[in-house]
Amino acid sequence: MSIASLLLDLAKRLLAPRVDVPLLIGLLMLLAAGLLILYSAAGGVPLVVSQGARVGAGLAAMWLISRVPPLQLRIWTPWLYAASLTLLLVVPVFGTGRSGRHWLDLGFFFLQPAELLKLTVPMMVAAYLHRETRAPGWTALLVCAVFVGIPTALIAIQPDLGTALLVAASGVFVIFLAGIAWWRVALLGTLALLIAPFGWFGLREYQRARLITFLDPEADRLGTGWNIIQSKIAVGSGGLFGKGWGEGTQSRLDFLPEHTTDFIVAVFAEEFGLIGILLLLALCLLIAARTLWIAAEARDVFARLVAGALGLTFLVYVVVNVGMVSGLLPVVGVPMPLLSYGGTSAVTLLAGFGIVMSVHSHRKLLK
Amino acid sequence: MALLLRPRFLRDAVAEHAMFRRRALVAFLLAVVAIAILGSRFAWLQIVQHEEYLTRSDDNRIKLRPIVPARGLIYDRSGRLLADNVPAYRLELIREQVTDLEETLRGLGQLLPIGEDELLRFRASWKAERRFQSVPLKFRLSEAEVARFAVNRHRFSGVDVVPYLTRRYPYGDLFGHVIGYVARIDAEDAETLDPARYSGSTHIGKSGIERHYEGRLHGEIGFEHVEVNAEGRTLRVLERTPASSGEHLYLTVDAELQQAAAAAFEGQHGSAVAIDPRNGDVLAMVSLPGFDPNPFVNGIGREEYAALLHSESRPLFHRAVNGGYEPGSTIKPFVALAALELGIRRPEDRVLSTGAYRLPGQGREYRDWRKGGHGYVDLRESLAQSVNTYFYSAAVDMGIDRMSAYMQRFGFGSPTGIDLAGDAAGVLPSREWKQATQGVTWYPGETVISGIGQGFWVTTPLQLAQATSLLAVGGSGFPPRLLRATQHGFDAAVIDEPVRTKVGIAVADLRMRDAVVEGMVAVMHGPTGTARAAAVGAPYLIAGKTGTAQRVGRTGDAAVDLELLPFNLRNRALFIAFAPAYAPTIAVAVVVESGGSGSRAAAPVARRILDAWLLRGIAR
Repeated sequence: MSIASLLLDLAKRLLAPRVDVPLLIGLLMLLAAGLLILYSAAGGVPLVVSQGARVGAGLAAMWLISRVPPLQLRIWTPWLYAASLTLLLVVPVFGTGRSGRHWLDLGFFFLQPAELLKLTVPMMVAAYLHRETRAPGWTALLVCAVFVGIPTALIAIQPDLGTALLVAASGVFVIFLAGIAWWRVALLGTLALLIAPFGWFGLREYQRARLITFLDPEADRLGTGWNIIQSKIAVGSGGLFGKGWGEGTQSRLDFLPEHTTDFIVAVFAEEFGLIGILLLLALCLLIAARTLWIAAEARDVFARLVAGALGLTFLVYVVVNVGMVSGLLPVVGVPMPLLSYGGTSAVTLLAGFGIVMSVHSHRKLLK
Repeated sequence: MALLLRPRFLRDAVAEHAMFRRRALVAFLLAVVAIAILGSRFAWLQIVQHEEYLTRSDDNRIKLRPIVPARGLIYDRSGRLLADNVPAYRLELIREQVTDLEETLRGLGQLLPIGEDELLRFRASWKAERRFQSVPLKFRLSEAEVARFAVNRHRFSGVDVVPYLTRRYPYGDLFGHVIGYVARIDAEDAETLDPARYSGSTHIGKSGIERHYEGRLHGEIGFEHVEVNAEGRTLRVLERTPASSGEHLYLTVDAELQQAAAAAFEGQHGSAVAIDPRNGDVLAMVSLPGFDPNPFVNGIGREEYAALLHSESRPLFHRAVNGGYEPGSTIKPFVALAALELGIRRPEDRVLSTGAYRLPGQGREYRDWRKGGHGYVDLRESLAQSVNTYFYSAAVDMGIDRMSAYMQRFGFGSPTGIDLAGDAAGVLPSREWKQATQGVTWYPGETVISGIGQGFWVTTPLQLAQATSLLAVGGSGFPPRLLRATQHGFDAAVIDEPVRTKVGIAVADLRMRDAVVEGMVAVMHGPTGTARAAAVGAPYLIAGKTGTAQRVGRTGDAAVDLELLPFNLRNRALFIAFAPAYAPTIAVAVVVESGGSGSRAAAPVARRILDAWLLRGIAR
C-alpha cells in the first residue's frame, strides 16, 4: 500500500458518504473562478486571502452540515428560524452599515443576519408544509405568508430590497415545489402584478432613482447611471475572448464601481469575454441542476423541498446579479453567489449546499 | 413546536414525489430560459456592440495631453543669455475634479498665501476654461510651499502642483523694452491664437521681441496619450509625440554696449539707439527709465502695475521706437545733402548769416542762435557752428516739396520696419501731409523752419539712428533689425537671418556725402565745432551733429498723433553721430529729455557709447 493510496482511502472515508462529488467539483470550480477574478479585481492578494479564509469557513460549515441528517435539521428548524429572526430584529438596534443597518459587528466578523434568513426561511416553510397532508390550501398559504412575510419586511426596511426579494423567493419556491395548485399560482401572480405598482410609494428615494436609472441609464451619467454604464462598458469592451486576466482596464483603473462585490461579473466578462461568461453561466446551471436532481432523489418531503428551493434560489441569485450587471435588470444590490467578495453570503450559501449534500447522503436512510 | 413534528398520515408519497419532479423541471426550464436570455444579452453586448464599448472603454482611460514646447531662448549678439527658462512649480485646479470650489480655495488659502490678484485672475479663467482643463491658481511656488501642499494634498481633490518652465530675464530692466516679456494668455489673446497650438500653453509674448517673434519662440506642441484612472491621475504614457522647442534667437544687440549706453545717461531720461551702418544691426537700444519685465511673467500686482502705468516718467513707454521728438538741428546734415544733391548749393558756396533771416516781403525774423550771426559761412562751417540761416535759405531755395521728397530716402515719415511692434512713423513735413491731416494749405514760413528740423517735424530715436546710419554709408543701406540669427535646438547650427533688401538711394556723387561728413567732423573736431568738448581725447574721428529742440506752442501741435507727443515741455537735447567718420562701424542717435543743449547733454552720452563700442577690449 503506497502512501498515496492510503491518503486516497482517507479522503474517500471523509468525503464519500456525506459529500456529493459532482456538486462539490462544481462549487469548487466556481469558488476558484471567484478567487481568480477577485485577485484581478482587487488588484492584489490581501482581499483574496481574507475571502479565501471565508470560503474555507464556508466549506467547513458545508462539510459539518452535510453530516447532519435532514430529520435532525427539521427538528432544529423552528429554533434556527427563531434565532435568525431574533438577530434580524437586533440589527436595527446594534447594526452598522454604509447605507442603513445591515451588519452585526461580531469583532472578528461582520454578520449579515439577512443572509441567514435565506436558509432558515425555506427550511421553516418546508418544515411546516412537511406535515401538511395535502397540497397547500389557503390556511397553509397564510401561515407560510407569515413565515416569509415577517423576515422579508424586516429586511426590506433595513433597507436591502435585493436580499428581501431573494428571501421571499426562497420561501415561495418551497410553496411552489410543495405542489400549490396552478390556479392558485395564477390567482396570486395576477394579484401580485396588480399590487406591484403601489410598491413604488413604499420605495426609498435612492431605490426609485435606481429604477429610473434602469429605465434610462444615460439620464444621470455621473450619478446613479454611472454604475450601469461603466458595467456595460466593461462587459461590452471584453468582446468574445476578453482582455485577459488582470487586463481589465475598467476595474483596474476604478471606472467600474463595486468591482469586487456586486459588479464582479462585469470584471469577469471584461477579462474573460463572452466565452468566459457562457462557461460561468453553464457552471451555475450545472450546480443548480445537480441540486435539483438531488432534491428529486430525496424521499423526505422536507429534505427535497429545502434542497429544491435552495437550488432554485441559487439560480435566481445568479440571474438577478448577472441581469443587473448586463443592464437587463435594475441595480438592486444582489451579489453574485460565491463570486462576489463578502463573508456571510459565501458561508450561508455553502452551508445551504451542506444541507443539499446532507439530503443527498441520507436519501436512502429515510425511505 | 410539537405541531410541526406530528407524524404524517394519508399521503400518497409516490404521487407527491412525481409532482415534485414535475414542478422542479418546470422551474428549472424557466431558469434555463432566463440564463439563455442572459447569455444572448452578453452576446449582444460583447459581439454586436463590442466596438462601441471598446471605444468607450478607451475613451475612459486614454486621455490626450498636450506637451508644452520649451520656449526658445534669447541671446545677445555674442551669446549672452537675455531670456531664460527656469524650472518652477505652479498650483493648478482641475475643473472636473473640484467638487466645492469655494471650500477648496478657502483651504488652499489657509495653506499658502494667495493674493487678491491671483484669485481674481483665477476666477476669470475658471469661468472660461472647459471642464476637463486645469486652471493655474498660483505660479512660482516656493519650495516650502510645494512641501506644505504635498503634505496636505489628500485634503484637496483636483488640485495639483505642476512643474513648468518659467521665463526669466537675467538683465532685468536693461532689456525690458527690447525683449519685452511673456505673460499669461488672457481672453483677448485667446481669441486670436490657434487653440490647437496653444493648448497647454499658459504664456504668450506680450511685447518686444517676445511678441514679435512669438511664432518662432513658441515652438510646436507635442502630444501624449496617457492612461488615467477614474480619479484622473496619470498612470502611464502610452504614446508620445514630443514637442519641438521654439527657436533660440540671437539678437543684434550687445549686452555690454547696452549696459554702457544705459549707464551713459547717468540717471537722465531719454533714449539712445546704436546701429552698425554696414548691416543695420541694432547694437544697443535704450529707453530710460526702463522697467523690469520679470514681475509681468507670473502676473504683476495691480498696485505695482498702476505705479508703472501712471508714473510721470512713463517707464513702460518705449521711447526708442515710439517716442516722437522734434529733430531740431540734427536734421541739418540731411538738409545739406539734399541741397547739394539737388544742385541748390555747392560745398564751397557761402551764405551770409546776420543773425536774422527774413523771407522776401515778410517781416518775421528767423533767428540764428548767435546774436549778430556767424558772418559768411560755407557748408562745413554752417554745420560745425549749426548756422540756421544757411539751412533756412537752403530749404527755401529747395522748396518744401523737393525737400520732403528727398528726406523720404532717409526713412523720415515712415516706420523703419524694425522687428518690434509699434514702430512709429513720425512726421515728415510736406504740403500733402498738412493738407491731409489739418486741411490747411502750406505757408512759406513753415518751409523755413522745416529746414532746421522744427515745425511739424517728429522723429523717433530709431528713425534718427537709421537716417544717420544711411548717411554714413552713402544713402543706401540695410534697415535696422534686432534679429541676427536663429538656432533650432541647442546642438543645431546657428543660422544667419537672410539678407534683406537695402533701403534708401545711394548718393550719386560721393564727394557730396564727403562734404557733409567733413562738416559733421568739424562739429566734433573743428575749432568752432559745437560739440568739440565731447570729442576731446577721442582716438578716432567722429562725425556728429547736435540738436536742441524747444517745446514752444505751435499751431501744428494739435494734429500730431498723441502717441508721438513728447511727455513734457522741457527742452530735448539731441545728438547724432557715426564713427570712425570715414569707415563707420557704428551710428548713434541720442535724445536726453532732461533739457540742456544737444552739445552739453546729449553729445557726452553719445561719446560714451562710441567709446564703449569702438574701444571695447582696449584698457582705458
